Amino acid sequence: MAFDLAFIWAGIIAFAILIYVVLDGFDLGIGILFPVVKAEQDKDVMINSVAPVWDGNETWLVLGGGGLFAAFPLAYAVVMPALYMPIILMLLALIFRGVAFEYRWRTTRWKGVWDIAFAGGSTGAALMQGITLGALVQGIEITGRAYSGGWWDWLTPFSILTGVAVVTGYALLGATWLVMKTSDDLQDQMRRYSLYLAVALLGFILIVSLLTPFLDPVYFQRWFNLPGSILSGVVPALVALAAWHLFSGLKNHAHQAKPFLSALSLFVLCFVGIGISFYPHIVPPSLTIWQAAAPDASLEFTLVGTVILMPLILGYSAYAYWVFRGKVDPKEGYH
Amino acid sequence: MLDGFSAELLARFQFAFTISFHIIFPAFSIGLASYLTVLNGLWLWTKDETYLTLFNYWVKIFALAFGMGVVSGIVMSYQFGTNWSVFADKTGPVLGPLLAYEVLSAFFLEAGFLGIMLFGRERVGPKLHMFATAMVAVGTLMSATWILSANSWMHTPAGYSINAAGQFVPEDWWKIIFNPSFPYRLVHMVLAAFLTTAFVVAGVAGWHLLKDQTNTAVRRMFSMAMWMAALVAPLQIFVGDMHGLNTLEYQPAKIMAMEGHYESHPNGAPLILFGIPNAKEKRIDYAIQIPKASSLILKHSLNAPLAGLDTIPDDEEPPVAIIFWSFRIMIALGFAMLGVGVWSLWRRWRGTLYQDRWLHRISIAMGPSGFMAVLAGWVTTEVGRQPFTIYGLLRTNDSLAPVDAPAVAASLTAFIVVYFFVFGAGTFYILRLMSKAPGAAPPDLKDGPTRTAGITPALQIKPDILPGRN
Ligand code: HDD
Ligand code: HEM
Ligand code: HEM
Repeated sequence: MAFDLAFIWAGIIAFAILIYVVLDGFDLGIGILFPVVKAEQDKDVMINSVAPVWDGNETWLVLGGGGLFAAFPLAYAVVMPALYMPIILMLLALIFRGVAFEYRWRTTRWKGVWDIAFAGGSTGAALMQGITLGALVQGIEITGRAYSGGWWDWLTPFSILTGVAVVTGYALLGATWLVMKTSDDLQDQMRRYSLYLAVALLGFILIVSLLTPFLDPVYFQRWFNLPGSILSGVVPALVALAAWHLFSGLKNHAHQAKPFLSALSLFVLCFVGIGISFYPHIVPPSLTIWQAAAPDASLEFTLVGTVILMPLILGYSAYAYWVFRGKVDPKEGYH
Repeated sequence: MLDGFSAELLARFQFAFTISFHIIFPAFSIGLASYLTVLNGLWLWTKDETYLTLFNYWVKIFALAFGMGVVSGIVMSYQFGTNWSVFADKTGPVLGPLLAYEVLSAFFLEAGFLGIMLFGRERVGPKLHMFATAMVAVGTLMSATWILSANSWMHTPAGYSINAAGQFVPEDWWKIIFNPSFPYRLVHMVLAAFLTTAFVVAGVAGWHLLKDQTNTAVRRMFSMAMWMAALVAPLQIFVGDMHGLNTLEYQPAKIMAMEGHYESHPNGAPLILFGIPNAKEKRIDYAIQIPKASSLILKHSLNAPLAGLDTIPDDEEPPVAIIFWSFRIMIALGFAMLGVGVWSLWRRWRGTLYQDRWLHRISIAMGPSGFMAVLAGWVTTEVGRQPFTIYGLLRTNDSLAPVDAPAVAASLTAFIVVYFFVFGAGTFYILRLMSKAPGAAPPDLKDGPTRTAGITPALQIKPDILPGRN
């Protein structure tokens, strides 16, 4: 392992994607849960609980893409054409759910249309992100400096499995977020759903974890040889711990934030697990972090700005969350 | 529907289509964010409620336009990879950091403070709310700065070397960021955004003035917009001229196409006002021209020689007709804007600014002029760079991703359908908001998050302090 610029940048990109997944995860999750909530007022509360922050959350996706373009242009150039279809579909889905935040307040007749756009867009985007993940784990065919597979290679049972898993996971994040941000009936309903979703998600984590080592001998080696095998024990143990916290948080109605925080830690652990499988590759099975990295002059220049700006960004983003802290009051929608 | 086109042509069309939709929203939201900052500042400073009324009126429109800008922009940042992956691989080391800085210094700033600007006045108090509003405006300007630096570098590359893998490698960041065409393009585009917003505001004000000349808020915004037109339009023409001189130095073929100069003119080139470019015969048919005027404008001398497209190899010529026309559309709109500005000064001096119904009608007609000029300008710039993506160094057909034509045809069709549907609906909602005069009772809707509610403990402003609301 070399602790150099490329390695640091791989860490920064991983961090940006992780932040994206957990933050946009819960607000996409709210869209995924939209159809199961019937009362108009509950829908308003749900959407208002994320309206002030969703744009900031989605910006981490732009940083993920932009950062990859800057630090690992070759990886960006290989992955995007390989995942052409799921990426374009994700972008289109994000358009629908993004505009719905504003549009649904601007019309009475078409409010239902934009509610469907919100739910469909959120679910579609989550599904495509999961499929993207699965397709990456499966590996991407490269010849020279370019993708050399076909335009349907991404579609396999495994990628569909990861797609559905991510939808479930985001729905869990959304449900536990609402447990934290709402009260009364809506909160109770979300507590119940969180339970089902948590069980389903743990099932998916188990299946995907069992399948992954057999997709590629490299993954197998990573997990069942030292030093990886130490982690193969630790990560699942921590997952079990997080799951236990999640269930105890959901059982005890005094806990408002605990389920959400436990669900977040589940995501972090899965992400660490994927990271262990990938390393040292940025695009499995053949492109490493160092092969894909931009020249040091690019990495250095961008790092200076990142080191200065990232703490500021984290600071004012946290402040924005702080400003809108606390439960969403449903009555406030009716002045 | 799109059979028979090459992947390259489809990808180019897709890029042109999506970026053209995208730029419409920034052109408006850059100007509007600054306008809102000014309005909010004036309200806090003078306590004149007219400004608050105007702020609350435009902020809802801003929220819609901004949302559309964000979702169409995210598409752009992924399209470099999906459709132009060879371009991405080769230019990533230079352009990537510029875009990364845009995300870090601009997009996060906009997005982070947008929520507070839209929903947070009551929660954070007037000072912090003012700060948040200003940060959103600063963010839009920073965003323009970085993206235009990146785009300008593609026109006038500097400060790089090329490595063994064929990638552009940064040598001097200062030279890359401040590449030769960047200062001109930045100033020209930011002024374009201000003009675009000014004419939208003027159009809305003109519409309401025709119905009611007594509404203070409407009068105020008409006056503000007309000041912008009168001051910025001449400035823009001046800057555009300097921009052209810079282009003549670095991208002469583009100027030849804009001017319609197929032939070289060894002693004084004419300024072709109108005519029909004839690509086959390589000449301008039915040209109406002023002898030697082009040399005068571009070289400041009547008899200065100007080279024509006959000096450029055929496979390095941009398509003339598009550039020739789009350039003239931009110029015509620029002078029309100047005309409105001068007219308004005259009326203001006579004290009849709010009574001249023809000025109001013209303002309505000119409402979309900024968008048209911006699009025409970008088409001139970008088509004029063809057949290169990095001028003189990387050809467009060598930039393409290895994606099959049917995949691009499918995505292009999807973008066209979705964009017209989604942004068509958004435009409709914006027009409907505009059709209500500021300060008038809101349409019969449950109020959206823009002023609510759901997230704020009370209305951002109490309805009863709004003039004209009771
Ligand atoms: C002159 C200005 C300008 C130009 C030429 C472009 N943009 Fe843009 N963009 C903006 C000015 C802007 C902005 C003012 O910052 C936006 C526009 C609307 C908005 O609401 O923010 C924005 C939004 C925006 C977003 C969403 C940001 C967010 O999440 O908040 C992305 C990812 C991009 N843009 C990317 C691009 C790319 C890749 C472009 C080039 C191909 C591009 N933009 C051209
Ligand atoms: C925002 C205003 C912009 C508009 C309206 C615009 C418009 C266009 C148009 C019409 C083309 C097609 C030209 C042709 O194929 O004949 C094009 C090409 C291109 N533009 Fe821009 N552009 C804009 C900004 C940018 C920026 C900021 C970048 C990069 C940082 C960029 C990168 C490109 C690239 C890579 C191409 C080549 C692909 C192609 O030829 O279609 N553009 N643009
Ligand atoms: C009438 C005076 C004007 C002149 C002489 C002028 C000149 C120019 C020139 C020469 C270019 C191409 C530069 C290049 O590609 O290298 C350009 C581009 C452009 N123009 Fe204008 N322009 C004028 C008015 C306007 C107006 C009124 C607007 C919008 C409100 C506008 C918006 C643009 C935009 C957005 C571009 C593309 C970006 C850029 O290259 O700056 N222009 N203009």
